[in-house]
Amino acid sequence: MAERLPFSDEVSNLLYAAHGNPLTTCIQCGTCAGTCPVVPYMDHTPRRLIGMIAAGLKEEVMASNTFWFCASCYHCNVRCPQGIDIAELMYALKRLSIWRGQYKEGLIGPVFSETFVKTIFKSGRSYEPVLATSYLFTYGVQEFLQEAQTATSLMLKGRLPVLPPRIKRLENFGRMLRRIIPMGDAK
Amino acid sequence: MKEYAYYPGCSVEKMALSYHMSAMETTRALGIQLKELEDWNCCGTTAYFHVDQLLSYALCARNLAIAEREKLDLVAVCAGCYKNLYFANTHLKDDPDLAEHVNAALSEDQLNFAGTGVVRHLIEVLIQDVGLEAIQAKVSRPLTGLHVAPYYGCQILRPRKDHEDVEQPRFFEDLLTTIGASPVEYPDRLRCCGSSLILTSRPAALGMVRTLLQSAVDSGAAVIATACPLCQVNLECYQNQVNHEFGTDLSIPILYFTQLVGLALDIPPDKLGIGKELVLPTPVLSSVGR
Repeated sequence: MAERLPFSDEVSNLLYAAHGNPLTTCIQCGTCAGTCPVVPYMDHTPRRLIGMIAAGLKEEVMASNTFWFCASCYHCNVRCPQGIDIAELMYALKRLSIWRGQYKEGLIGPVFSETFVKTIFKSGRSYEPVLATSYLFTYGVQEFLQEAQTATSLMLKGRLPVLPPRIKRLENFGRMLRRIIPMGDAK
Repeated sequence: MKEYAYYPGCSVEKMALSYHMSAMETTRALGIQLKELEDWNCCGTTAYFHVDQLLSYALCARNLAIAEREKLDLVAVCAGCYKNLYFANTHLKDDPDLAEHVNAALSEDQLNFAGTGVVRHLIEVLIQDVGLEAIQAKVSRPLTGLHVAPYYGCQILRPRKDHEDVEQPRFFEDLLTTIGASPVEYPDRLRCCGSSLILTSRPAALGMVRTLLQSAVDSGAAVIATACPLCQVNLECYQNQVNHEFGTDLSIPILYFTQLVGLALDIPPDKLGIGKELVLPTPVLSSVGR
């Protein structure tokens, strides 16, 4: 049987246009951890996560919320002295966890992303009320009420769409996307 | 009159309608024309990258190919759309294999990506193409005495495109000075607003929004200027929830840079979508005679 690919190589293979394995160039300086505005809410800092990937701690990495809390602000990217595309690494881990259906319990991110993708498949444009279904039901009473209040205020100002927008050449658009990901004829 | 292909993006259709209105009014007054991209589709936001890269490039490529057909630069107003379209354009140009895959899909809509187009953000068009001097020459109602926090946010600056200064930019401050406003030194001007975490990781995003709002107020700002619909919504529409969560009493209006420029050009506030805010800018604007 073929030797198993080290986790670090498995992750590197998911990075777009990466030459070799950029993760092995990480010097663990912590600039990313010091820059990231979401670190207080993450299980592990980006620096630690990269260290964990290099150490092959696959289960621990996949079980963490770190990559789902990345807001794609790219602040770590522009500061990394080794030029590692850390935001892209976070995207890659998100994709891996969606493909495997393996993510930390209670996270809204994966459901939200999948709902979003389906919405665009159907209409070509985003529609907030459908997206809301992916997170509203996870809210407690307090949060739900606050969110409802915000939504009501926005509606009164005419800032919420009533009908889903649709592009004109939706059939062509659907065929175009199915050339990339075969989704059958599921509507 | 120089013409551009205009990519509105999904959020300006309703949630950020005032951004669309003020972009159209302001550019017309400055002598450039935004022509809405024919049958544009969603740029994919970050969510598509979470699911499939090729899919997200295909979404952007369709818009890029339509703009190429029109032979016009593609101008986005949303920082997120701009980042996606810009880097999809770059990656597709750099990687013929990727372009070939995407073009096979685009053929279903009789389109082809050739890599001949350019993607811009509207703030860049105003500063580089129209030019600060030309804008200043058209300012008839300078916003004298208005202290504004220039909030750059993330994706108009990052990722880095070339060798530009992404740590100490000044173009937003310069634009505000040009229209007579006083930009405040805003230490958190490059810090993320939380973007879609407001929906997926609410406690984290509310904390991030609070930091930005508090820091703007502490810097002496009466209003925050933004160049992104998502930043605007997070900073403005969630102020109530921030106050509820943290026991704060924040109430600072968040306006698009196009609205501020429009006001300085003496465009009536209602034509700039002013009045659609949850935190009304009226008291602040009337304090400077608008």
